[in-house]
Amino acid sequence: MEQNGEQGNLSQVRRVVLVLSGKGGVGKSTITTELALALRHAGKKVGILDVDLCGPSIPRMLCAGRPDVHQCDSGWVPVYTDAQQNLALMSIGFLMEDPDEAVVWRGPKKTALIGQFVSDVAWGELDILLVDTPPGTSDEHLAVLENLRKHRVDGAILVTTPQSVSTGDVRREITFCKKTDVRILGIVENMSGFVCPHCSECSNIFSRGGGEELAKLTGSVFLGAVPLDPLLSASLEDGRDFLQAFPDSATFSSISAIAQTLLSRLEG
Amino acid sequence: MADVPSDAPEHCPGTTSEQAGKSSACQGCPNQTICASGAAKMPDPEEIKQKMATVKHKVLVLSGKGGVGKSTFSAHLAHALASDESKEVALLDVDICGPSIPKIMGLEGEQVHQSGSGWSPVYVEDNLAVMSIGFLLSGPDDAVIWRGPKKNGMIKQFLRDVDWGELDYLIVDTPPGTSDEHLSIVQYLNAARIDGAVIITTPQEVSLQDVRKEIRFCQKVKLPIIGVVENMSGFVCPNCKNTSQIFPPSTGGAQKMCEELRLPLLGRVPLDPRIGKSCDEGKSFLGEVPDSPAAKAYHSIVQSIKDYCSSRSTQ
Repeated sequence: MEQNGEQGNLSQVRRVVLVLSGKGGVGKSTITTELALALRHAGKKVGILDVDLCGPSIPRMLCAGRPDVHQCDSGWVPVYTDAQQNLALMSIGFLMEDPDEAVVWRGPKKTALIGQFVSDVAWGELDILLVDTPPGTSDEHLAVLENLRKHRVDGAILVTTPQSVSTGDVRREITFCKKTDVRILGIVENMSGFVCPHCSECSNIFSRGGGEELAKLTGSVFLGAVPLDPLLSASLEDGRDFLQAFPDSATFSSISAIAQTLLSRLEG
Repeated sequence: MADVPSDAPEHCPGTTSEQAGKSSACQGCPNQTICASGAAKMPDPEEIKQKMATVKHKVLVLSGKGGVGKSTFSAHLAHALASDESKEVALLDVDICGPSIPKIMGLEGEQVHQSGSGWSPVYVEDNLAVMSIGFLLSGPDDAVIWRGPKKNGMIKQFLRDVDWGELDYLIVDTPPGTSDEHLSIVQYLNAARIDGAVIITTPQEVSLQDVRKEIRFCQKVKLPIIGVVENMSGFVCPNCKNTSQIFPPSTGGAQKMCEELRLPLLGRVPLDPRIGKSCDEGKSFLGEVPDSPAAKAYHSIVQSIKDYCSSRSTQ
């Protein structure tokens, strides 16, 4: 029998999806942010839980600033990034008084905080909660799973860049998912080619094809590829909604397609 | 019982026990080899200080942010230092969950051997040795799903039990963040005196905001900072030669951060698809494309690091 208190905060969250990668810097936070925006544009109520304690990137990407985080009877009130309250966010970034202060914690302390995060945020009603994670297969990832398991984990998206230094680490993350019984919803290949805005020549700065090869090799679904786009980077820097600003871009099409595929994988 | 992981087989003796990896309960456990090697035990820090006495210069490569090019930089720093055949260089990869160094150094599939004097590192050249947990894993899909204490044990093992010999330079590549691995490597090496840290970033604020935390970490643990390297600093299209800022320095990039924090900017390395290609193929970019702007930037940065280390020697 689930405990009512813990079950309460996640009981109205329909789907929970982890965003993972063995590799750092491939775009987990970027993909989490853009998928969240795409799903919100598609009419869904979305939440993001940022459990990267050492490097919380999501607040900046959503221009959430440094708001005060409040508590209500059920726990922490998430920060809403829009007036309609369709995109909710909780990040440790909000709990730090000094944004330049390092969180220099060993595993057990990180595990304890993540446990709190997962159980004590009053999400209310959400169609989907995306959980952004740091790179690796360690304390944070185990803590998230152990705590979410009390509610549900619908699966994980794995993010990679095309080159084999990246897919090499993501293979290990896939093993992590298999060992911990997390359904792999699919693989997203980020930084998939760069089209020069001056002459339209495509350069494969981080190699090519690795994401699809990895999907084939591991029997996973390839969700899609997102190109390197300076306009996307700039939007993330300023916390602007890229999808609203550049609806005609190739990047917009890729992200929207991935969001749709994700929704059908979740319903299927 | 202490140190019995939650997913351990029944009757696991505990990772720090004398029976670790050797008891009948350990048969078939994915961590058996690592436990049997003693990696998860907690050894004496004095031993590390003694071991490190034959290492002249120790340089950490850090970044708060993932994917900025720490391993790429560490590998090429090691190659550049080892190009002087009179120098003995070693590269230690303490990224336990995502060990990239074996691939980047062209050493995938290599194994570590044990002898009377300890573990032998893997040699790329006669004067360039490498150690990584990657060499202890049985395959490319093996995941190291360890919590902090076990990772710390492995790092201590690397420092205590690897037969490094006499070294001019030990380069330590780290994972992103400010956690167990970083605290451990600083704690274990502190008695042996670390020359300093090189901090890697990319130009955009999303990176810099994490890197500032790393710099705070260094200040907290009194780790000197040699300087900052800005990687992926602009891309010159090979076709039309125009420059694009794929990772835009929207808040002034590393230069502004270094001015504010009064740190040396060691250099900027541009994006070059041939760097990633070299890394994937396990070759040194400096050897493959020596005349590129990126290679020249690397060489200038390496020289600054050498100069810094030499000036530490004479102090």
